[in-house]
Parts: sequence; structure tokens; C-alpha cells
Amino acid sequence: MTDQSRIRNFSIIAHIDHGKSTLADRLLERTGAVTGREMREQLLDSMDLERERGITIKAQTVRLEYEANDAKTYVLNLIDTPGHVDFSYEVSRSLAACEGALLLADAAQGVQAQTVANSYLAIDAGLEVIPAINKIDLPAADPDRAAAEVVGVIGGSPNDVLRLSAKTGEGVDDLLETLVKEVPPPGGDPDAPLRALVFDSYFDAYRGVVCYVRVVDGRLESGDAVRFMATNEVHEADEIGFLRPKAQPVADMGPGEVGYLITGVKEIDRIKVGDTVTSNRRPAEKALPGYEEPKPMVFSGLFPTDGDDFEKLREALEKLRLNDASLAWEPETSKALGFGFRCGFLGLLHMEIVRERLEREYDLDLVATAPSVAYRVTLPGGEVKEMRSPQDLPEPTDREAIAEPYVKAMILTPSEYVGPIMELATSRRGIVGNMTYLSPERVELDFEIPLAEIVFDFFDILKSRTKGYASLDYEPAGYRVADLVKVDILLNGQPVDAFSAIVHRDNAQEYGTKMTGRLRNLIPRQLFDVPIQAAIGGRIISRETVKATRKDVTAKCYGGDISRKKKLLQRQKEGKKRMKMVGSVEVPQEAFVAALKVDESGLKP
Amino acid sequence: MTPDEADRFVTAAAAYVHIPFCSAVCPYCDFAVVAGQDEMAARYVEAVCREIGDSAEWRPLEAVYFGGGTPSQIDTALLTRILDALRRRYGVSDGAEVSLEANPEDFSVDRARRLRAGGFNRVSFGAQSFDGAVLASLRRRHEAQQIVSSVAAARSAGFDNVSIDLIYGTPGETDQSWETSLEQVTALEPDHISCYALTVEPGTALGRSVRSGAPAPDPDIQADRYETADRRLKASGLARYEVSNWSRPGRECRYNLTVWAQGDYVAFGNGAHGFRERRRYRNVRRLDAYVDRIEAGDTPRAGQDLVDGWDAELDRVFVGLRRTVGVASGAGTETLLASDEGRSLVGAGVITEEDGRLVVNKPMLTDAVHRSVLAQSGPIVWSDDDA
Repeated sequence: MTDQSRIRNFSIIAHIDHGKSTLADRLLERTGAVTGREMREQLLDSMDLERERGITIKAQTVRLEYEANDAKTYVLNLIDTPGHVDFSYEVSRSLAACEGALLLADAAQGVQAQTVANSYLAIDAGLEVIPAINKIDLPAADPDRAAAEVVGVIGGSPNDVLRLSAKTGEGVDDLLETLVKEVPPPGGDPDAPLRALVFDSYFDAYRGVVCYVRVVDGRLESGDAVRFMATNEVHEADEIGFLRPKAQPVADMGPGEVGYLITGVKEIDRIKVGDTVTSNRRPAEKALPGYEEPKPMVFSGLFPTDGDDFEKLREALEKLRLNDASLAWEPETSKALGFGFRCGFLGLLHMEIVRERLEREYDLDLVATAPSVAYRVTLPGGEVKEMRSPQDLPEPTDREAIAEPYVKAMILTPSEYVGPIMELATSRRGIVGNMTYLSPERVELDFEIPLAEIVFDFFDILKSRTKGYASLDYEPAGYRVADLVKVDILLNGQPVDAFSAIVHRDNAQEYGTKMTGRLRNLIPRQLFDVPIQAAIGGRIISRETVKATRKDVTAKCYGGDISRKKKLLQRQKEGKKRMKMVGSVEVPQEAFVAALKVDESGLKP
Repeated sequence: MTPDEADRFVTAAAAYVHIPFCSAVCPYCDFAVVAGQDEMAARYVEAVCREIGDSAEWRPLEAVYFGGGTPSQIDTALLTRILDALRRRYGVSDGAEVSLEANPEDFSVDRARRLRAGGFNRVSFGAQSFDGAVLASLRRRHEAQQIVSSVAAARSAGFDNVSIDLIYGTPGETDQSWETSLEQVTALEPDHISCYALTVEPGTALGRSVRSGAPAPDPDIQADRYETADRRLKASGLARYEVSNWSRPGRECRYNLTVWAQGDYVAFGNGAHGFRERRRYRNVRRLDAYVDRIEAGDTPRAGQDLVDGWDAELDRVFVGLRRTVGVASGAGTETLLASDEGRSLVGAGVITEEDGRLVVNKPMLTDAVHRSVLAQSGPIVWSDDDA
């Protein structure tokens, strides 16, 4: 067991691309946890997708040993945190395992919204926050301005803000010393009953579920029977150990120590992030605070383009869930798209990642319906039902009211973009609240907005209107009743459930007009005229027609080109396989994606 | 023509001879052609004659077609030498159709007489349009008046089977100019007319200019022009017997009827395609490679596809449906009609089955039918014995 006074547990709070992974690499290297030969760029981001996007999806953690200037050796547990709004619960659990947090801001880009949001989480959790400016080697670096912004967020003096370059290693030694000095050592009673926080988990094909734990009180011993307090399951601690970063089994772990726990459980959803591990023999009375069930916020139907792939999709989802307990789904049948699954995601990025992994790692061609949120519908008897798909919405006569989820959103932006952002927010039914200047150039805008209005491509539009400088973070802010209607889109008289959307009544006409107009351009001409209509209930609010093809013939087909012509036609036919038959109408798969894309005007979906 | 008359050509024997020489390459042309290499003509013809001489024996030909390129571009004596080689190798039946393509700008009375004397009895003129502006934008090298005089030359030399090709839907062509072309062409009283929608092929000068922004033909306008052509040509006593071909009764092109009836045809020259003994084969496309191979004693074949079993049935339906008479019902048509796609084609009025034949009612949608035909899977076990 490590002496508690020699342990420092911390995480790094940083925006995507602000250098968290590079800094982690540098720390590993400086403390000798990894030799040069083993060193790979950004070792902590191990999934391919993370590498490509430069983001951390699943937190990973590492134990470093550092000999400080006082000639004592300290254990530094770096607890990695996911860097995106969708994973704020996971972030909060990672932070709960720490006593300190390093707030890392890019010297050129300054502070970003999610960094601020996570800093507030850290401060609220009572962590010592150590501010630092990274990338001071960049030509565009303005460390003074960035430091001023950091101070604007967490207070203190700009002189206390560390300056470093994870790339060149400049300032990293100072950082290590500061961590040792400023981050408080963990408390905790070694003689109390065991309480260890599960702050992350992943599935290993050979070992089953691997939990990352932080011991708070007592001792976690290899071979003990442990109880997971939220699920009330008892398992044996088959193996416990440290991550250096390779697994190093140990016999026991005391208060403040961070490591892994393997119990032989194979199903990831039986281990809940945020749960408390205690001893079965001598259980703690109270679990550690803060546990929550993962709650999906965004829903989308996923359908295989080829109906035969339904089982393959189910298997792929099950495999993904091995590593992602927050992924939830239920079977869904669409008249237009056939059999698929209604999936729930923590947020938009989570949805995109899952979709991409399904297509890339499991070789599936998918059609995804427009993302939607969970509405709460009050039925005539007063009963309230949650509804995650537009198709489930009862007819107007069969419902009293619809409430939709709101979020509190925070945008950080250079001050010159305040106007365009306010315009965007209000066009999406946002109610602008506080406006705080973090520095003369940088503003924090707070507002409340229906989640449905930002789940589509609010980020994209925000980025394009602010040349990429604004950043956004949000948190749930309850439900509110709104005047919402369901707009159906009919192709050749048949409603296409995949295109149905719930929109505010004021936006219904515009939605209908745009969707029918877009579909007219996206649906290729067929053998017959195809009417495209938008309707609220039985009332048609907009109509377009795709005129029948009149010419689809090769002018010359003589002896000279029969083989070539046949091959060409067969190739064209192959291309048509990416079409979905909606009733008798062939709809290209891209049409589902393109039709549902939001445009600059901000119309959803 | 009756279905029986059309289907009879399944047993015909035909030959195609490719003459790749042109004075210039038209911007829309994607055939195996060369310009400015007429000095190669004698060597080339020698090679073609050798390919004919080396080919396997066969029955007498009922139709011979010299296509190009511009067969009329080269010395008449060279053309008749090839014809003689065919006669020696296979024989040419009495009353056989012996056809060649010609351009209006180099078709004199004198040349017409020599061709007729050499055994040619059908001539097909690449007229394309009677509108000077359209001819200019197609980079054709003749004027409307030369079409008139060429046809007159052919008639005076004793050609009693004259065909004229037209192209419609060229950007810049108007409804009026197309009407005028149709009026003028029918006034010449040809035996046969082919009307082709201008087609943008990749790899052609037209393809490149469209890709870099030049206007492309509008398919809806082309559909209108097609309807105009069909109406006017029928009014002048010509009947449509294939998607792009109209003729006086009995003057259908027999060489092409053989192709569409899935009959056999041999083919000679660079880039030529033949169909014999269930194989669709093709020669190397480049002129120099073709001549080199023949001179070296090598085969000029570039490849072949065996067409048998179910493929042969689909192939029969494929080529036959181009014809107005359609195809006799069979395993291929039945499979198509039983499929979702077949039903939707019937539902949209594109095809119908009547009196034991499947016909395309909307010829401008033939490719849509073709794609569905070619997509049909056959029975799991299929051999000619079961058929």
C-alpha cells in the first residue's frame, strides 16, 4: 500500500486538440512509465476513431512515479476524462476520483466552453484546479490573453498560470512539481470498511469487464468477495492492479490508490460507472455519492440498407455495448425502412461515433432517421407518456399536451460573433440569459433552448457562423410544454415514417415546404409521376412532383456494343441497389441523409 | 414487319466489316476511328482480308455491313476487295443485303456507280441534320445540299435501298430546325431512316466539353423530338421497327435484324464485335495493334464472352426488346413479369405481354426495361438440355 501522503490524483481538463493527449505522453515519458521505444504518439487515445478525431471517448488512466525535487518519490495517478459534452456524467465520475485538476488551455485558441463547464464541475467537486497554458511554442500563441481568460473562469492571478509546451517539453518539469505541491494528498480511512469508486470500465475479450477504481476508504484486496452497491451484485476480485500503463497486478490497494479490478463479469451493463465497490464481508453503510443511471438524450432509428443485415446489426450493437453501457436500443419497424432499431444516445457526438463504428468496424450500410428527443405527452386521462419517436405521437385529439426537453446551453465566443449567435439561438427558440465577458475579447453566453433545436446541426452552424471560434456546452434543464405538431411527408400518397418530424407549429409550414422541395431534388425520376406532400394530420401543407422519366434509352445498340452495353446496364443496376423501395418509389439512401440535413437558415431537422 | 419475319433472322448469317478511316473525328464519336491516316488503308484492308481468309468456314452471308469510320472515305477498289474476300470465304447469298456507311461530302455519282458495280446495294448516309447551325456544332463537314445530291447520286447509280441517319437534341437545335430536318429528309423519300439522340460519351471531345461546363443535351427535349420524329416519319409511310429505326416495309436493315434476333454475325477489323457459336467476341480496338497482330500471324481477338444457358435467354430478351415486335415469351420474360420490377414496369405501361410476346410500349424507356431484364436470376440448374 502506498503512503497516502505520497499520492496525487488528478485529471486534465482540456478542449479537443488543446494538447491533453500530447501532455499525457510527455508525462509518461518524463516519469519513465514508457520507454522511448514503447512510446507511441498519443498513447492514451487507443481507439482508432479517437486517434482520427483527436478526441478521447473512453477515459483511460495511468499511474506515474515521479521523484520530486524534495528527493521523495510520489505516485501521480493521471485520470483521463472524456472531452465532450455528451459524456459529462463520465467526466463527473472521473473528477470524483481526483483531488486536483489541471485546466489546460490552448495559448492560441484560449478557453473553450466545455473546458469551462468541466472546470466548474471540478470546482464544484472541491478539486484543486491548476491552470496552465499549453502550446506556447506556437507562432500564434498569446499566452497572456489565454491566461487572462483562464483567470476569468476560475479566478486567481495570471502569474499563477503555468505556461508550457507539451510538444517541446518546456514547462513540464514545473508542472510536475506544481502537481506535487498543490494537489492535496487523498484522505480516507484505511481501517474503515472498503469503499472504492468505479469511475470507468471497459470490456476485454479475455478478461471480461475491467473496472477502473479509486479506493476511498479501507483496503481492496485481491481474492476478496466484493459487493457492487448499486446493483447489489457480489463478485470475487480475481485480480487488482495498477496501470503503468501496462497492467501490474498487486495484492492490495489502500485509500487514494487508483487501479483496475477484474471480477470475471462478462456483461458490461452489470457494472455501473459511478457505483461503489465495498467488501462483502464487511460492507460500508453508505455508498459514495453521485451515482446515476446513464440517460439517453438523443434518439435515432438505425436501419440496415439491406434488410438481410438486420441480425448483423443486432449483433454489432451487442458487441458495441460490451464497451459502452450507455448505448440503448429497442427494435423498431418502419414502413419505409423495414426492420431496425431505435437507439438512444447520450448526445450527438455519441450518436455519430456509434453510427460510424457500426459502418466501419462492422461493415454495415445504414440509414439513420432524423435524431429526435424524448417528448412527454399528456394523455386525456392525465397520464404522461414518454415518446421517443415521431411515429409514437398520438393524434391531436388523443393528447392533452406535449412537453419537450430543454437544456441550459453555454457558448463561449469571441465578442464579435455575439450578434450572429444570438440570432441563431433565437431562431431556434432559444431564450438568451446572461452574457459575461471573460475578457474584453471573449464572451460567455448563457441561454435556454429546446434540446430538439440543437440536436441536429446546431454545432455545425455555430461553427460556420463563428469561423470555428465558438464552443458550446449544455446540460439538461427540464421539460416545458410547447405548441408542437407532427409533420408527415408522403411519397406517392404513402407517409414515409422516416421523414416525419415533430416541429413547433410556427415552423411547420417552412419545414414542409423545405422537405418537399429537397426531396424533389433528391428523388430520381421514376417510371411514373411521384407526388411529394407534407401534411399535418390530413391537411396537405405543401406539394411537389417528381415528373416521370421520359428518356432512359441508349440511342444506338447494334452488334458492336452489346457486351459493353450489358455490362454498363448491369453496373447501373448495381448502383441502384443503394436505393430503398418506399412503396413503389425508389429512394436513394443519400436522400435520407441529405433531406434531413439542416441548412444555414436553421430549419430543422 | 411481322414478329415471324423479325424472328426468322435468328438463323441468318451476317458479317460486319469495320473501316476506321475518317477525314476528322466528330466530337461525339466514341467508335474505333482514326483521322488523317488514309495512307494506312491499303495495309489495313490487306489485314482485314487476311482475317477473313483465316476465319473458320461458314454458311453464305445474307447481310453484309461496312461500318465505320467512313467506309466511303477509302478507295472503292479496297472496299470491293474485302467484299470479294467475303465471297470467297463464305459466299454471299443471292439477294443478300450489302450495305455501307457513307458521308455526304465525298459521295459522287462516279463513286456510287463503282460501289454498286462492286456489289454494294444499300447505302446509309451520315446526314445528321439539315440545319447548317446544327451541322456546324456537330463539326460535320457537309452542307444540307450535299445530302440531297448524295442521295440523288446513289439513286442514279441504282441503289434502291437508301438510308439516312439523323441526330436530334443537339444543344442549339430548335423544335423548328428539327421539324425542318424531318421535312427535308422525308422529301428525299429514303427507304430507311435512323434517328439518334445525341449522346455524351465519356472520353470524347463532347464529353470533355460538357464536363467542363458546355450545355448537355436535355433528355426531356430529346423525348419531345423523338415523339415528333415518330409522328412525322409514320405520316410519311415509314414504320418504326426498332427504338431508333424506321423503314419502308421490307426495307428494314437485315444486318441489324440479325443482331436483334440473336442471330450469328462475324466481324472483321479493329474494334469489331461478332457473335458466333454462342460467343460474343471483340477485336483489339487500336488500328496499329490490329494490323500488327494480323501481320505477325497473331489473332486480333481482344476477348470474348460465352453466352449460354440463362445468360443466353436474357441476352435474347435483351437484344430482341429493342424491336417494335418485341420478343416471344419464354423463361426470361416470364421471370421478369413475375418480379416486382416487372410488375412495376407493367403497371407504368412500359411493357405488355400480348399474344405470346413481350413488347416495350415506351421505347424511350428501353434501358429501364433492360436493367430489369439483366437483373433476373435464372433457375439454379440450367442447361440447354432443360431449355
